[in-house]
Order: sequence, then C-alpha cells, then structure tokens
Amino acid sequence: MSEPRQKKIEVENLRLSYGSKEVIHGISFDIGQGEIFAIIGPAQSAKTSLLKCINRTLDFVAGAKVSGVIKVDGQDISKSKNVYELRRKIGMVAPLPVGLPLSIYDNVAFAPRAAGMRNKHALDELVERCLTQAALWDEVKDRLDSLGTKLSGGQQQRLTIARALSHSPEVLCLDEFSIAIDPVTTMRIEDVLKELREKITIILVTNLVQQARRLADRTMFLWNGEVVELGTNDVVFSQRPQSQKTYEYVNGIFG
Amino acid sequence: MASTVFAETAFTRKKRLNERIAQVVFGLMAVALVTPLLFIIGYLFKQALPLLSFDFLTLNPTDGMRHGGIWSALLGTIWLVTASLCISAPIGVLAAVYLNEYAEENWFTRIINLAVVNLAGVPSIVHALFGLGAFVLFAGIGRSILAASLTLAIMTLPVIIASTKESLAAVPRSFREACWNVGATRWQTIRRIVLPNSISGILTGVILQVSRTAGETAPIMFTGAVFFKKIPEGDVFAYGLKDQCMALSMHLYTVTTQVTNAPEALPYAIAVVLLGTVLMVNALSIGLRVYLRSRKKW
Repeated sequence: MSEPRQKKIEVENLRLSYGSKEVIHGISFDIGQGEIFAIIGPAQSAKTSLLKCINRTLDFVAGAKVSGVIKVDGQDISKSKNVYELRRKIGMVAPLPVGLPLSIYDNVAFAPRAAGMRNKHALDELVERCLTQAALWDEVKDRLDSLGTKLSGGQQQRLTIARALSHSPEVLCLDEFSIAIDPVTTMRIEDVLKELREKITIILVTNLVQQARRLADRTMFLWNGEVVELGTNDVVFSQRPQSQKTYEYVNGIFG
Repeated sequence: MASTVFAETAFTRKKRLNERIAQVVFGLMAVALVTPLLFIIGYLFKQALPLLSFDFLTLNPTDGMRHGGIWSALLGTIWLVTASLCISAPIGVLAAVYLNEYAEENWFTRIINLAVVNLAGVPSIVHALFGLGAFVLFAGIGRSILAASLTLAIMTLPVIIASTKESLAAVPRSFREACWNVGATRWQTIRRIVLPNSISGILTGVILQVSRTAGETAPIMFTGAVFFKKIPEGDVFAYGLKDQCMALSMHLYTVTTQVTNAPEALPYAIAVVLLGTVLMVNALSIGLRVYLRSRKKW
C-alpha cells in the first residue's frame, strides 16, 4: 500500500482567498497515480474550493485569488494554455446531481462532442461504456433519448458520474457524491470506484468518515483550510493518529 | 378520540375565514385588472364600427384624411416596428448574453448595468430629441424610416437587455458548472445549454417590445413620421428605408387634433386597428411562449 507511486497531482503551499477572506492557508500534499485519496473535514473547511482549484473552474468565481503551485502530471496548471484539456483530464462530480436538460444520450455525449468528436459509432460505444461503468446502463438503455432531468436523484447522480467519465479522465474527483442518494446506490457506486482505481486516480471528498475508511488508500483531514492530518488509512483511522483532533473527528467525538 | 383531534376550534375557524377573505380580495383585484381593458376594447369597437372594413385597411387616406383608409399609416407602422426590432433585438440580446455570461463583476460592468437601468427610465420625448440630433442631423440620415427606427431601437434596447438578462439568469448556474467541468468553453455552454433553455423568455421579451414600439408617437414625430403621404396601394414594399412614412400612432394624433370635420368614427377606427395589431402580436408571443415552454426540459 505504501510502495512509491508516480505523483499525479502535487500541491505546494496552496493559498486561496475570496475577497479579503483567506479560506485555504497554505497547504501542501501529493496524490499518487492510481490512488484513492480521501479528503474529510467538516463544512467550511474548503474541500470543494480545493477541487475547484485543481480543475481551475475557480476561474469562473469572481473575487477568488489563488497562490502557490498545483501540478498535474508535473505541469503547473496555472501556466496551462489549454485549460479545457486540463478539465477533460479531471472528471468532476458535484454534490448534487446535475442532469443537463438534454437527453440521457446527449448528457453523456456532451463532453466528447464539445471536444470535437463527431463519429456516431464511436459516440454510441462511448455512451454505452460510460453508462455501464456508472452502473446505469441496464436501467436506461431502452430510453436513451428521454430527458436526463427526468431521472430520479440517484439515477441522475450516476448519470453525472457517467458524464464525468465520458471524457476519459485520468483523475476523478467526487465531491460528496452520496449525499443525494440512498445507501444501496452508494454501495453500487463504491463498487464501481473500486474497479476504476486500476485505471484512474480518484479524489474522494466526503462527509462520511466511514466511506473514506472503506475506500481510500490515504486520507487527508482538512480543518478550516489547513491540513490537520494526512496519512495512510491504517494510521488515520487507528487508535493513534498523529493528531488527537483527527481521532476525535473520526470517532464522532466532535464534528 | 380522532374526532377531538380534528375538531374545529375558534382559532382554526378564524384561520379558515381569513384564508377565504384573502382569496376573495385577491381574486377581485385580478378581475378589476381585466375590466378596464374589456371596456376600452368594447367601447372602441362600438364607436369604430361604421368605418371598419377591409377597404379601410388597404386604401390611402383621401380628402384631407376625411375619407379613404389608413393604408399608408398601417404600412408605415409595420415598417417602423420591423426595422427597429431588426436593429434592437440582435444588439440587445447579444449585449445581454455578454453581460450575463461573460462579463466579470467590476466597475465597468456595474456602470453598464446602471446605464441600462437608467436608459429604460428616460422619457420617450427625450429619446426623440436625441434621435433628431444624433441620427437626423449629426449622422445626416435625414428624416426617414431609418432614423425613426434607430430612435425607436435606442428606446427599446435597455428593456430588451433587461428582459433577456433575466431569462438567461433563470437558467441554473449548476448547469453551466457541469458543462465547464467537462471542458466545455463558455460559448459551447451558452450555445448548447443556456440559449435553448432561455429562448422562450428572450423571444417573449423582444416581441412585447412590438406593442411599445407601435404605440409610441413622440420618438418618430421629429425623426421620420409625416402628416400625410400617398403610397401605392397594395404594395408592401412601397416604403424604402430612406423614405419618410406615416404611422398609426401619429395618424391618430393628427386626426384627432389637426383635422376638422373628420368622421366621428375615424379616430376610433384607427385606434382599433392599432390595438388589434398589438393584441395580435401579443397573442402570437403568448402562443410562442406556450409552445417553447412545453419543450422546456427541467
């Protein structure tokens, strides 16, 4: 579990402020190739903002200022000219499911089409593969042209995951993906994640401490924009993590 | 026991009564809103009846406005409205897309937004003077349909921008974020998601400006509308952009104030045609809205 991996994402002294309020106070960490990396922490600990830094959708937030360095595959993303390519490299699943107001098929085909893919046959194959990976194919294969927005919440969340997989990302960020769906569906998606870990790096932001414990290789405990603890799961979830705070949070004594 | 749980108390009785009163009062207000409109339409129709005929629409006025129809005025209004919307709709919609989708919040965009709001509140006679100065005299276009349409366009622009922005803002931000997350550009997001889902509101906003444009007298009085003009009957391209024209609103004004011995029904008939045109356009916009709403996707 602790064999040296190639670094996929490197974050060095990252600071983020909205206006005059700093929410991330200089954090550094690495995420290895093919790792499931969990980020836990209470609300307002800047978990979602951190993900937005990584795929640079923070560019769309007025008044946000980032300093420090984030490297993906060794390349500084702030110097990336092709930010769209960066975002395709990083699949992002938001907390609340978002079915785009398009058909189920078009929801999944949206990203490849935006990247210029026109071949109908290749698109068909891709849509089937992504929906299958997201454990949704069997439920929707007969109604691919009905609206994605009309699916149930759990189905829409799997549709969102299928869409995030549709641009063949190398990193998949899941931002509290299970808050809108039932435990059974959550388990199905977790199984999917376990299969995907062979091929892609997964960043799992979660409020469910047990989910991080079940799935992750390493877990980072963020608290008010600072890293309290970062280590392999057998340390973070042990009786003796580095920080007493981690022990208390993980075991539900506070937070 | 269940009966005591659901039994009516003095408090619930009062609540129920209040609910009833509120419903009736609000309902009455809604009815009160419609009554004047029905009265206006009914009264106009009754007064105009002796003159209304197909010929009234298709013949030029003759005999110093006292006989004939209103063809040149009707066609003039159609030309003015069409030309001004052809100018203001594209500019207004594109500017609104920029302001809502691209522009960042800074002092510059705040000034633009402030200008749009204030421009919407400028009285039409002020627009008229601006049009006279800027288009007719300074730009040297002269009094013409073009100058009048430009003036009308300036007048409708801020309203089109405001209504378009509102329609765009009604599309949830989460849709945009989902698109950006998968590597779509802003334009791809606008083109594939934002515009298809706001088009009904945008079109309605634009079409509603037809009635406003058709009804305005002041902005066209100095910039292109004339007291009387004879044009070939039955030819819809009788006017050119450089021509001056008659217009229904102006015609109504001149007939009531300048022409003596005109038939009593004449102003009413003109008003009916103006109102009829406007109501037809509004009906079209409602129809379009219903159609596009039915295809709305969330």
